[in-house]
Amino acid sequence: MRPKFLVGGLIILAAVIYLIVSATQSNAEYFLTVRQVREQGEQAVGRNLRVSGAVIGDTIQYDAETLSLRFDIADIPGDNAAIEAQGGLAEVLHQAVLDPTRPRLTVVYVGPRPDLLQNEAQAIVTGRLGEDGIFYADEVLLKCPTRYEESLPGQAGNE
Amino acid sequence: MLIDFGFGVLVLSFLLALFAIGAAMYGAQRQRAAWVESARRAILLTFPLLSLAVGALIYLLVTGHYEVKYVYSVTSDAMPLYLKITALWGGQAGSLLFWSWLLSAFVSAVSLRDWKGEREFLPWVIVVTAVTLAFFLSLSIFFENPFERWWLLPNGDAVGAMFRPAGGAAAFPPDGRGLNPLLRHPGMILHPPMLYLGFVAFVIPYAFAMAALITGRSDDRWIRVTRRWTLTAWLFLSLGLVLGMRWAYDVLGWGGYWGWDPVENAALMPWLIGTPFLHTAIIQEKRGIFKHFNMALIILTYVMVIVGTFLTRSGVLSSVHAFAQSAIGPMFFGFIALTVIVSFALLIRRWPLLRDEIVLERLLSREALFLLAAVVFLSVFFIVAYGVFSPLVYEIVTNEKITFGPPWYERATAPLLGLLMLLMGVAPLSAWSYTDARSLGRALWKPAIPALLTPPVLALLGIRNLIALIGFTLVVFVLAVSLYEYGRGVRARMKANRETPFQALGRLFARNRRRYGGYLIHIAMVVMAIGILGIELFQTETQRSLSIGEEIQLGGYTLRYDSLAQFPHTDGRRVTRAELSVFKDGVFLARLAPRYDLYPDGQPMTIPGVYSTLADDLYVVLVNWENVSTAQTPFKVYHNPLVNWLWIGSLLFIGGMILTAWPPKESQTP
Repeated sequence: MRPKFLVGGLIILAAVIYLIVSATQSNAEYFLTVRQVREQGEQAVGRNLRVSGAVIGDTIQYDAETLSLRFDIADIPGDNAAIEAQGGLAEVLHQAVLDPTRPRLTVVYVGPRPDLLQNEAQAIVTGRLGEDGIFYADEVLLKCPTRYEESLPGQAGNE
Repeated sequence: MLIDFGFGVLVLSFLLALFAIGAAMYGAQRQRAAWVESARRAILLTFPLLSLAVGALIYLLVTGHYEVKYVYSVTSDAMPLYLKITALWGGQAGSLLFWSWLLSAFVSAVSLRDWKGEREFLPWVIVVTAVTLAFFLSLSIFFENPFERWWLLPNGDAVGAMFRPAGGAAAFPPDGRGLNPLLRHPGMILHPPMLYLGFVAFVIPYAFAMAALITGRSDDRWIRVTRRWTLTAWLFLSLGLVLGMRWAYDVLGWGGYWGWDPVENAALMPWLIGTPFLHTAIIQEKRGIFKHFNMALIILTYVMVIVGTFLTRSGVLSSVHAFAQSAIGPMFFGFIALTVIVSFALLIRRWPLLRDEIVLERLLSREALFLLAAVVFLSVFFIVAYGVFSPLVYEIVTNEKITFGPPWYERATAPLLGLLMLLMGVAPLSAWSYTDARSLGRALWKPAIPALLTPPVLALLGIRNLIALIGFTLVVFVLAVSLYEYGRGVRARMKANRETPFQALGRLFARNRRRYGGYLIHIAMVVMAIGILGIELFQTETQRSLSIGEEIQLGGYTLRYDSLAQFPHTDGRRVTRAELSVFKDGVFLARLAPRYDLYPDGQPMTIPGVYSTLADDLYVVLVNWENVSTAQTPFKVYHNPLVNWLWIGSLLFIGGMILTAWPPKESQTP
């Protein structure tokens, strides 16, 4: 009778692997910096991405008729330790916007203009990179460094 | 003075735990009962000693001794008394001490039991629990000392240390930093101790399992002795999870209750192994099989308890709960590795001894269905563990970050959770050793009728969502099976003993509390599932800026924005409070007051206004408050159908667990 149980176990194992693989393909998000997106180029196209960067105020264009929003973000470090080491989020965002050599990414989003969208805000955009190198966002989260310095990292992810 | 006393007591407890380990091992090896007795007394002493340490720390917290670094970091003058006391587990160092203290209480309770039946377990139970205790105490003494003081160095830096550093002068800050505002909530005050009680209580069954392996006892003694400990652990762990969910719903203001955050998962993982263990342990008691499996499960539960503490306490993940970061990661890592290696090496050594007493032959039997359910639980565990750990590995290997959000977990686990619900319905109706399809069919057809009627009825009501149809069908199925089982038992008793229905129900429970309490828990689980299906599948939301007098509609409700007030609270936070009126079909229902509190240290807190009914919740939050003029106030509104059933199910769940775990009159207390 053992083979029956073995077969049953293998079926369950296969099911678990299938569930993990299919969920990863459709729902995993890769958290990249702007620099990493630029370096990966073609390779990053089509994956679910989450990219964090500094909003460059001069580039914000909003068309209230079509609700389409377009802005550029500049590269900032991906992890909190590096941000702290460079003088905190506000300082990092400020430097990123001033430095024209930083990699930049154009973001396109359709929807109401977020209240916090302004120069030197931190944008966390979720979506996909198009073939044209433009990031098409499904979601734009913004953090204002002065007040949100101690805000919850988990809260953004839970939205 | 008191500071040194508290630390001294801590060190003394640590030394006693070390002594207990040595004495118990020596006594067991050389058959010297006196040494074992000495070890027992040593371990018994740790509880009063650690109580003194905890008492000293609470005194320091309450009296505002801010020269103690821990007191400084979790309390402030503005905090009320009860929060100063509960600040004991509001930070890293305090929670670790609290952990050790709970463990010492449990260990003392165990060593006071009557050991007649299993004398040979005693030394090894002491060894295992004392090793765990010594590990946690060493963390408190060497890495996260709650009694550390502030010292001012000649160069002007302030450092925390137990003893005066060279040239250091004692520093006395006038006030503390205060507890993280998010933790100042009743749910958060109770949630950590409940989880810790659950975590720590699982140490006891694990210790008995190890003792059984070491002494080579192959019977189910360790399971019977620790059954109530296991149930208690499970009760508190479940309670902790539910409280955490409620806290998230009430305080975090994102419209949900469970974010699949790694730290939430850290508490869920032991639950996902402890739950099948409870079930397969019953099979071992009744049929003498699954001995290896149960050993593996209890080892894994203990390991996940330590891993869970590690994840929340080491700062390896930064998330909602990991407020504390520290350098104790490697210590934990070593301890976990050691536990895994030693435990599984023992299990492998005793493998031949733990032979099954009967051969499991049929797939269609209660044993096999319980096994299947346990394997499905383990699969869910595996998926959750993959979701927690693979991003860490991925980041180390590729230097990129990957995140698995709620959609990932929902997609990967939902089919398995559905299968578990199906098994919850089928397994209780199957017979031991062999059920043929026909007799199972005979048992199933009656409860299956309401289940099969569910999809057409829901479809008529306009529900077209496939997952919802499947989910609610399973809910009705489990409800029907459980109620059918009650009905069957009651009818049989009424016939046989000429009892009234109420007498019969009462005695049915009294006779077989585990079984009928278990059904109550099953009912509670599917009632919770109603709420989960409702909010997960049918939640709608809208976001808009309103000026006073304007209205917003969602889910059949109309919200009118009435007023806005801004004022400072006595503890320094700035409160922004909006008032809205809720209408349905033009009838006024309630006034809601969502709030946005900004604490002086910049920590915001978003408290929703909730209008709650059995059918749905209307959940309003003030969002993105910063940089917005008062003329236009941004609101986010969620409509959460059926979510109240999640909390009703939770209450039922807790009731069922207490009923099941409550000691019966005649039994010996382990």
